[in-house]
Amino acid sequence: MIHQFKNNGYNIVLDVNSGAIHAVDEITYEFLGLWDQFGRDSALSKMKENHPEVSEADLTEIQSEIDQLIADGSLFTEDNYEPQIKDFTARPTVIKAMCLHITHDCNLACKYCFADEGEYHTGKRELMTFEVGKQALDFLVANSGSRHNLEVDFFGGEPLMNWDVVKQLVEYGRSIEESANKKFRFTLTTNGVLLNDEIQEFANKEMANVVLSCDGRPEIHNMMRPFRKGAPSYEIIMPKFKKLADSRNQDKYYIRGTFTHNNLDFSNDVIHLANEGFKQISVEPVVAEPSQDYAIKEEDLPKLFEEYDKLAAEMMRRQGTDEDFNFFHFMIDLEGGPCVYKRLSGCGSGTEYVAVTPTGQLYPCHQFVGNTDFELGDVWQGVKKTELVNEFKHCNVYAKPECSSCFARFYCSGGCAANAFNFTGSILGNYSVGCQLQKKRIECAIALKVHESEIKEAQ
Amino acid sequence: MEHIKTLNTKRLQNTVKEGGCGECQTSCQSACKTSCTVGNQSCERR
Repeated sequence: MIHQFKNNGYNIVLDVNSGAIHAVDEITYEFLGLWDQFGRDSALSKMKENHPEVSEADLTEIQSEIDQLIADGSLFTEDNYEPQIKDFTARPTVIKAMCLHITHDCNLACKYCFADEGEYHTGKRELMTFEVGKQALDFLVANSGSRHNLEVDFFGGEPLMNWDVVKQLVEYGRSIEESANKKFRFTLTTNGVLLNDEIQEFANKEMANVVLSCDGRPEIHNMMRPFRKGAPSYEIIMPKFKKLADSRNQDKYYIRGTFTHNNLDFSNDVIHLANEGFKQISVEPVVAEPSQDYAIKEEDLPKLFEEYDKLAAEMMRRQGTDEDFNFFHFMIDLEGGPCVYKRLSGCGSGTEYVAVTPTGQLYPCHQFVGNTDFELGDVWQGVKKTELVNEFKHCNVYAKPECSSCFARFYCSGGCAANAFNFTGSILGNYSVGCQLQKKRIECAIALKVHESEIKEAQ
Repeated sequence: MEHIKTLNTKRLQNTVKEGGCGECQTSCQSACKTSCTVGNQSCERR
């Protein structure tokens, strides 16, 4: 299976099952399309008919280049991974990552918040105690088998509203690392309102990554991320975020925003953040019920595709200059990327990854918190709903019929289970708008790599 | 090659044999929390 696309002037062919990426000339692009459709010999005949101006020698040369790549396992490779992935997903799993809902409360009232301003549709505002958090870390260690690296994200609501407990838990985690032969990777997601020098210093010492929530241009940010009484928050958080990003040498953090139907020209928000000096940027589409006025709609897609192309073009212009920056969804690791198991076996929610509420209940991930049908158990008794875990365990690209013909399956791992559930009623469904945006982002990411390699070649 | 420039040498079929150790980062712990992206992550054994 191949996937062909044109982006920012490049003709690109992705060999889906091997991951090989080829930049080709116009005539080869057409040749490969015909080859895919009609096979080797018919493609040559059709090319001769379509292009009398191209010499037979040239066409034969292209044919032999394609032949060579097929022989090398870099074109028209088959997807033979299903048996291995089935075995892999059936193996006994261990928990290696935890989203710790340290706070179900928030000092902002973001209009699109899936966490219901911290309450997660429970009607209660709660803070996790040290005892619950300690039990959660013990539960993680006890259920992580031989896995060495354990990830714990301090999430909310707004985690800084319960900062003392965050610090105590980091201290506790570090104190058991050696005896448990584990390494904790703590991360923090924050809206920045309570950020100060002391927190920054601690985060720089202990947090492997920090996610800073900001939507971009002040008017966009303030429209969706006001304080509870409506006051703007941009002016308060922006100087603190700049200081934090610089103090981390512009690395190991993301400034992360959400775009909605209200700012379909979101490339301007990404560029705004880049122009403010941020080098690690992630801006993502909102996930909301279609009835919400800010939800992304099917008819918004052409405009959003244009915006991704525009953003990719701007990033190409900045590549290799001081204005260069990373955009999370355009990053792709071509040489050191994940193995095929990681790529096809799903995100790990409910199996390798769990979310813990302030009172210690376990959920498959942060997106399911508050939907008690998905409560798996708690940090004292462990996972009780093993049949539900089993459903998540078998949620991978081969269990999703629509993924089998999609070129993006090696990059999205079948997509987000929570989005699938929210939009289709099943974790095995596909959230169409999300899928289409994901495919566009992957194309842009690959085009950026082609551009990067051209620049390197020219140097 | 004259007509085709291949960007990468890594082939997914070659990761079948040695992959699957599971030490890599969980997708949602990075920067997204609302989507699933694995293509941009790195292998821990790299």
